Amino acid sequence: MEYFLQQLINGVALGSIYGLIAIGYTVVYGIIGMINFAHGDIFMVGSFLALIMVVAFGVTAAMPLALLVLVLLGILIVTMALTSVWGWTVERLAYRPLRDSFRLAPLITAIGMSITLQNFVQLSQGARNKPVQPLISGGFTLMGGDGSDGSCVVQLSYLQILIIVMTTVLMIGFTLLINKTSLGRAQRACEQDRKMASLIGVNVDRTISLTFVMGAALAAVAGLMFLLYYGVIDFYIGFLAGVKAFTAAVLGGIGSLPGAMLGGLLIGLIETFWSGYFSVEYKDVAAFSILAIVLIFLPEGLLGKPEVEKV
Amino acid sequence: MSDTVFESRLKASLKDSGIAAAITLAMAFMLAGMHTQISIGGLSIDYRWAAVAVATVVVFAGRLLLNMYVWRPEGSRTVTFRMVVLGLSILAATVIFYIANQVLGTFSGVSPSEAAGSDEWLWIVIVAALAVVAAVVAKVLFGLAGTSLSKGLSKAVPSRAVFAPLGKWGPLLLGVLAVDVPFILISWLGARGSRQYLDLAILVLTYIMLGWGLNIVVGLAGLLDLGYVAFYAVGAYSFALLSQYFGLGFWMCLPLAGILAGCWGMVLGYPVLRLRGDYLAIVTLAFGEIIRVILLNWYDFTGGPDGISGIPRPTLFGIEFKRGDGGFADIFDLDYSSIHRIIFLYYLILLLALVTNFVTMRLRRLPMGRAWEALREDEIACRSLGINTTNTKLSAFATGAMFGGFAGSFFATRQGFISPESFTFMESAVILAIVVLGGLGSQIGVVIAAVVMIGGFEFFRDLQEYRMLVFGLLMVIIMVWKPRGLISTRKPTIGLVQRTGISADMVQEGQG
Repeated sequence: MEYFLQQLINGVALGSIYGLIAIGYTVVYGIIGMINFAHGDIFMVGSFLALIMVVAFGVTAAMPLALLVLVLLGILIVTMALTSVWGWTVERLAYRPLRDSFRLAPLITAIGMSITLQNFVQLSQGARNKPVQPLISGGFTLMGGDGSDGSCVVQLSYLQILIIVMTTVLMIGFTLLINKTSLGRAQRACEQDRKMASLIGVNVDRTISLTFVMGAALAAVAGLMFLLYYGVIDFYIGFLAGVKAFTAAVLGGIGSLPGAMLGGLLIGLIETFWSGYFSVEYKDVAAFSILAIVLIFLPEGLLGKPEVEKV
Repeated sequence: MSDTVFESRLKASLKDSGIAAAITLAMAFMLAGMHTQISIGGLSIDYRWAAVAVATVVVFAGRLLLNMYVWRPEGSRTVTFRMVVLGLSILAATVIFYIANQVLGTFSGVSPSEAAGSDEWLWIVIVAALAVVAAVVAKVLFGLAGTSLSKGLSKAVPSRAVFAPLGKWGPLLLGVLAVDVPFILISWLGARGSRQYLDLAILVLTYIMLGWGLNIVVGLAGLLDLGYVAFYAVGAYSFALLSQYFGLGFWMCLPLAGILAGCWGMVLGYPVLRLRGDYLAIVTLAFGEIIRVILLNWYDFTGGPDGISGIPRPTLFGIEFKRGDGGFADIFDLDYSSIHRIIFLYYLILLLALVTNFVTMRLRRLPMGRAWEALREDEIACRSLGINTTNTKLSAFATGAMFGGFAGSFFATRQGFISPESFTFMESAVILAIVVLGGLGSQIGVVIAAVVMIGGFEFFRDLQEYRMLVFGLLMVIIMVWKPRGLISTRKPTIGLVQRTGISADMVQEGQG
């Protein structure tokens, strides 16, 4: 029971990270109907930017708490801003010129961008993985003793709380942004009919760019969380995290915001329970198999709408 | 150009270039300028501001030149002039990088090229210069880029008149050359000196074969397969496991490996081929990874990360390439040399590749191949004409997979050792890059792309690290610049002689 609860907590925290990345896939798919294959690598870039700043500012757990929180907040904001620039540039260079090209073209450039980003970071930052000391440690013990008698302890770390709270806040903010602001209205208009939207005065290019920027900013948050949670990153993390987050987006119903979050949580839980109860080696196979199964049997996802094919 | 026009253009260009440079600065100052290093007591940072400065300056200058002379077709500048400016600016950028690399040692930590000395970079500059000259000559002589540069660049115009004689005799010439390669090399460099070049030729031919195999799926049928390497792996492991557990030889296993890979293609393809193009790509990627992870973790059966070694070498009608009695050299009364086996392997892969090409060319003329091409152009139109799209896709997928399997078993027999390391996603990406670069659906394009990309990087060995970066960038640039392929354009096998305004991308725009 304790073991189960602990896995549940871990799964929710991991799932929140996947959910944040999945939003990037889902909004981009919703608005221009393409899989932004490079999004996982944008997440990786965000993670690296956060790492560089953590090292440059010499952030350690020994800092006074108030200062630590302030510095981390600053790092978060700068990471979001710079990762957004990366996201914007990728869209500008690789996707915008192909807006009306044949369907495979943007997908191929997306793969090219993904390879480029990965190898750029590998060249500029080195291929070895980068460890950082844990910055936020400690937590609540919810159940069980102190663990000395060998029984399982259920722990909810401060970091997990931070991840879950952060994700919830961002989700609420993002939903409000889509539903209440004029930018969100423009996005929904572009999603329905791009040509019509441009006819009634929506700046389509700008809206699409901003969608990429928002997706990248959320991926940057996920990148910082990932860095803090695992404490070690390398240039290849974007590939697996990207595929899993994409699986989450598809599982929840691609194009749907709550779907992305739900899918992220489910994927996080499945992965954690799979490694907890079955085998760690095959946890990636589990994620890939879910992707294949969902796409084959439930292509519209849990919360998505079935897609109508237009001629 | 009057002065006011020039002035306003200069102003606009400066502003645009300034923005581009600022963006570059924002992107590069941390990722490129601050290198995290593992040192005592955690990570430390190694600052490389010069790299950031160089990148920013190059982007600013390049963008300014492009804005001023290349991208604005109005005005009196001719296409040739703009081409020359473009070429010169590329050249200038290369030279700047070269100087930065030499003088400042900017990238010394990033790249190993400072150890290689200046030769590598000098060669790159020379190659770049030659490319520019060739482009200009081609432009002046044949008008390859079309009448207007911007038009010509955005829509590839196949200049059939120029390549028609080449198209007729080129393949034959290439074939004769390919057959002669071992003899030329050996008579030139001797048996020992030519070995590494023959090995390289075998490698290039393997990629050509893989590229042709993938071309059936991506180029002809228009299905993006990101897990092609899975079938390569199935072929290689089929042979390795069959020989390990049942003691079968290469010639027995070659067809089996192809059939098995083809069957895998059908089994994997059947459920997913109903999906739309981009979903298909992701699912094939997932399958590729699943197969690799299983190979990696099923230790008892596949040897896991240790791989399988001691895979038997191919024989020539039962004659082994070994020293002593009954070996190839003994029977044919030659002095024993290890080069015999290399030459044999070379002809083997040449034969396999040519078979792949031959089958593809023939299939393209069958109803099945025509259906593939039709499917690539417009799936909905295909369906309304009564083509069974699932079966058509499946046949393309399985045929491509089968050739992947053949190539895989050749790979296994050539290496004598295989492990899951050889079958990562990056391998799929390399093959895909070759197909994209060569022009989707073009057979000769694949050859040229494989020779340039695989062979070229083998010569600039110290730049190997940059290989995937260049592949990725080229994929983006080519898709944006010439989506039908840089080196060669694909032509539909059959079509109306008169060009009409109907094509898949225009149908989307409502013009069809």
